Amino acid sequence: MIKNDTPPVDTLTYEQAFSELEKVVSVLEEGQATLDESVELFQRGQALAKHCSDLLENARLKVTILEQSGEAPGEIEP
Amino acid sequence: MNSIDDLTPPVLQVSQLTRFLRELIESEQILQDIWIAGEISNYTRAASGHLYFTLKDQSSSIKSVVWKGSAMRLRMNLRDGMAVEAHGAVSVYEARGECQLVVDALRLAGEGALFQEFLRRKALLESEGLFDSSRKRPIPDVAGRIGVVTSPTGAAFQDILNTLKRRYPLAEVILSPATVQGEQAPKEIIAALRLLDQKIHPDVVILARGGGSLEDLWAFNDEEVVRAVASSPIPIVTGIGHETDFTLCDFAADLRAPTPTAAAEQVSPDIADFRDRLGMLLESLSLVVDQSLSFFEDSISACSDRLVRVSPRGQIENNARRLDELASRWQIAIRHANEMQFAYLANLEGRLAALDPQTVLRRGFAVIRAEDGTTLRSINKIKLDQQIRVEISDGGFGAKVNTLPTKHGEE
Repeated sequence: MIKNDTPPVDTLTYEQAFSELEKVVSVLEEGQATLDESVELFQRGQALAKHCSDLLENARLKVTILEQSGEAPGEIEP
Repeated sequence: MNSIDDLTPPVLQVSQLTRFLRELIESEQILQDIWIAGEISNYTRAASGHLYFTLKDQSSSIKSVVWKGSAMRLRMNLRDGMAVEAHGAVSVYEARGECQLVVDALRLAGEGALFQEFLRRKALLESEGLFDSSRKRPIPDVAGRIGVVTSPTGAAFQDILNTLKRRYPLAEVILSPATVQGEQAPKEIIAALRLLDQKIHPDVVILARGGGSLEDLWAFNDEEVVRAVASSPIPIVTGIGHETDFTLCDFAADLRAPTPTAAAEQVSPDIADFRDRLGMLLESLSLVVDQSLSFFEDSISACSDRLVRVSPRGQIENNARRLDELASRWQIAIRHANEMQFAYLANLEGRLAALDPQTVLRRGFAVIRAEDGTTLRSINKIKLDQQIRVEISDGGFGAKVNTLPTKHGEE
């Protein structure tokens, strides 16, 4: 169920983590997983949820200002 | 000479004259729907809400009034010295025989011509299909990287940042700066859009500027700018001016928002929704795990019970139990048997003891034997003068029968 090449939780973006969390819950709700699989899924789900929560709590809007390109005629030619 | 005197014109009252003048003027269609350019002077606002001013040019003036209803709809504050174009109807204020302009709309001078140009360009670009709704792309629900083209020092940029900080701080904002007014603005805006696309390629672009007059916003009606917006590879959301301002860029954009703040709202989800959805998902996770665990526990219990019954251990225990039982019974049986044996043995011993000749002898009996050792049990075997041997309990001796033996009952 959980492939061995699943990326570690803290490398995921919010969207990726949330999306995976939705899938985890959905699979668990289907009730077809074995006990071992369920335990694994639950642990992964908890990690994903914590990661999402941390991202939300610590989010700071990142702002970058580009340098105007040389094509703008307002710039002074050196 | 006196022909004029002969034609006696009617003598009118002043009020008749002024009424006549009013009717004359009001019947002239051109005068009832007219634009007049001039400068405002002697501007006052009456307590009633009506506005009064004089509209003048270098050599003439006409009194003007804006009734309260129209005054409320004006989008500008009037002041002396303003060069305006006033739309309205000419009338005569009968009481004073004065012409006046009843104004129902006003705009800044020059805006009229600008507006005409606006309409001309709009028709042209529309005919090329640049404003077609089929060309409009959907705006992503959640944009991780949001490009912005606006002035770095304007209020628009601050409004956008504040909105995004509040709603969706997970986003990344990249500003590609450009002047948003004046002659250089169109070139800078086009260059800024291109730079953003080539260097960053964000998920969406906001093109924004704060409120202003038609002239202030004119860069966003520039044909080349509009074409750049229409051909942008990245979806563009415009947030230009106030709610009622429409520029050609607005028509060409994938989505028009009424203000820069509204544009930022369009490209960002509300992080409160994120928190809610995360909370709900966590609840689902807990719930489903609880349910799963209960289910598993129940299954395990049931299997466990069955397992115990059929398991080798179970069987062993079962057999062990039976063995114990048997062992107990065996022991009991053995004990019982032993006891019975003992009892029997004791009994036999008793009886044996009772049969011991020594016991008889100790009671005083004697054993009479013949000389050859045969026991003499009957009187018939004994004769007078017979040598016999007598045995008693603790010894024996020889004896001779010295009287005639007699049988009991024969004497």
